[in-house]
Amino acid sequence: MNMVNIKINGMPLSVPDNYTILQAAKEGGIEIPTLCYLKDLNEIGACRMCVVEVKGARSLVASCVYPVNEGMEVFTNTPKVIKSRKMTLEMLLSVHNKSCLTCKRSENCELQALCKELGVENSNRFEGAMPDATYDTSTLHLIRDNSKCILCRRCVAACANQHVAVIGPNSRGFDTHIGCMFEQPLGNVACVSCGQCITACPTGALQEKDQCAEVMEVLADPEKYVVVQTAPAVRAALGESFGYPIGTNVEGKMVASLRRMGFDKVFDTNFGADLTIMEEATEFLDRVKNGGVLPMITSCSPGWIKFCEHYYPDLIPHLSTCKSPQQMTGAMIKTWFAEKNGIDPKNIVVVSVMPCVAKKFEVKRDDMNAAGEDIADVDIAITTRELARMIKLYSLDFKNLPDEKFDDIMGEFTGAAVIFGATGGVMEAALRTAADVLEGRSLENVEYTEIRGTKGFKEAVYKIAGMDVKVAVVSGLKNAAEVLDKIRSGEADYQFIEVMCCPGGCVNGGGQPIQPASVWNFNDVKALRAKALYDEDKSMKVRKSHENPEVKKLYEEYLGEPGSHKAHELLHTSYVARNKY
Amino acid sequence: MQKRISNLPFTGTPEQEEKLNAVIARHKGEKGAIMPCLQEAQEIYGYLPVEVQTMIAKGLGVPLEEVFGVSTFYSQFSLTPKGKYNISVCLGTACYVKGAAAILDEITKNIGIQPEECTPDGLFSLTACRCIGACGLAPVMTINDEVYGRLVPEEVAGILAKYKEGNA
Repeated sequence: MNMVNIKINGMPLSVPDNYTILQAAKEGGIEIPTLCYLKDLNEIGACRMCVVEVKGARSLVASCVYPVNEGMEVFTNTPKVIKSRKMTLEMLLSVHNKSCLTCKRSENCELQALCKELGVENSNRFEGAMPDATYDTSTLHLIRDNSKCILCRRCVAACANQHVAVIGPNSRGFDTHIGCMFEQPLGNVACVSCGQCITACPTGALQEKDQCAEVMEVLADPEKYVVVQTAPAVRAALGESFGYPIGTNVEGKMVASLRRMGFDKVFDTNFGADLTIMEEATEFLDRVKNGGVLPMITSCSPGWIKFCEHYYPDLIPHLSTCKSPQQMTGAMIKTWFAEKNGIDPKNIVVVSVMPCVAKKFEVKRDDMNAAGEDIADVDIAITTRELARMIKLYSLDFKNLPDEKFDDIMGEFTGAAVIFGATGGVMEAALRTAADVLEGRSLENVEYTEIRGTKGFKEAVYKIAGMDVKVAVVSGLKNAAEVLDKIRSGEADYQFIEVMCCPGGCVNGGGQPIQPASVWNFNDVKALRAKALYDEDKSMKVRKSHENPEVKKLYEEYLGEPGSHKAHELLHTSYVARNKY
Repeated sequence: MQKRISNLPFTGTPEQEEKLNAVIARHKGEKGAIMPCLQEAQEIYGYLPVEVQTMIAKGLGVPLEEVFGVSTFYSQFSLTPKGKYNISVCLGTACYVKGAAAILDEITKNIGIQPEECTPDGLFSLTACRCIGACGLAPVMTINDEVYGRLVPEEVAGILAKYKEGNA
């Protein structure tokens, strides 16, 4: 790598020649403010927040996309620069719905933070016409409020990166707005509900559909038996909403808060994850033995399922028929648990806390009613962000709560389940079980490190009981599309594929706490959160799903064998082909 | 102003589709293929309804939203069909100060459509255009190639009636 010598604010600095001014400045201890810039995703130099002066240049340049070169002299905080950045903000504010006091993104809004940092004094410096802003509530998972949109196009880039690309800039000039084809509401187009647009949004223009009020209502209803379950990735990120460093596992305090909110039982979706592995590994082995459709693809991620249904409906037979851990846990609460405890499933409300907004869609899917036609497996799915909001609403002193454990029966889980939250985790968990079953003994090695890490496309071959099992692990729908194209063309020689909708897996789900671009651009947030899960797995005594004592009990008492008729009835589901246009 | 989107039923023919497919095949794989495809599609169909844009998106393998974004960015593209008679009312400065707005109002009242729309029977479409260089005749409108100048609102009904009766 060649180095170049530059000066930033008179300070000499030697940096690689492929750096932008923004990167070089960061190395020199200067964080140039940005707004539209998202590393590797949205590098368009459009918003003009990051402008700097370069000696000899005719005008201010956008440091996020301007490469360094030998002898360059950069000035990042001259009066001219500051004045320009401030004016950019004042102009954005002139067409912004400034209801900051009540905005859910208040204190977590990049526009607000920049106004504070740059000392914007008058939020109404430029007054005039306001654009006609749309307010789109047509989907189950999100709300678009274009009155708060600053047209940075980060959501557009996130959507395109998912190979979905159903949103984009329409019209031009003052009328420019982010929308869908032919001004259709999002609910009418092939959106997969992943929510990557929400976590990319710097302001309050995109938000999950908040269901906290519904949860509070059922909690206050003495007739209802309210059970909560939490997905593995939630514990790895919830702490960020309370000032913990990224990657802190707050499982104990999360359980304590849920209990104090008044949930009758606090269960772990990890129980369902172990159950998923039992069913999925069985289904896989059955397909291998009996010539079923291969490669088989995992079905835990509802955004991924919807993507396959819209964009690759011909490949639906490759999907595992297993419900996701959320739905399996819900199904078992409303059948096994209800019967065991003599509770009418009609009176049970299952709330799930998920790192995901697509789960809001999944709970409303057809064929998700184990306990009877009108009884949904899961009633309400809220996101990690909504849980954080509820904890604050209930005035719980999160940091000072004791660390508590999940309730019995469906609070028991293994290390295999915990890693479901990171890309590669489901595959690793399935291999731990499949290998033991095929070898007919308990293998000592449980770590499949080749398929770990946040890379979007991973593959490996494992020798299990004399058989070569070739697997692929992909996260992010761009990578999913790549592997699906390979299947279509007949090039894919895998037996088993894990697909996670969100890049990096659930730890980077669309329902997770939102980190500003300044953090994303210079930290591997996905890897930090995933580490919390792999650390927990490592610390656990039982690390294989089939060794979960409660799951064993469930099969003995209720389901019989994995893949039994009853298991199929309660724990498996079906898919539908959907339109792309 | 945001573009109006036609809600009239699509009446494309197999011949038109064949022509469009040939256009798409010619441009597929090119960088920036959306623009020429939209231009030629508009020549074939007269406008760019969702059915046509979907064919382009499918054919080129690009997102439909991207095609739509381009079609709403450039003023040369129309999302509404042109009628047998396209009425174009000049709203340039000279026409405007001479009362073009009242002329436009009178027309919308008479045929029941807004600018950028087409009557359901396909007879008239209406456009509000910028200066056509006939300022001496302000306020001015054209119906296809026919120019009508120094208009007053009272004349509008009579002129339109000729077209309605087929005596133009």
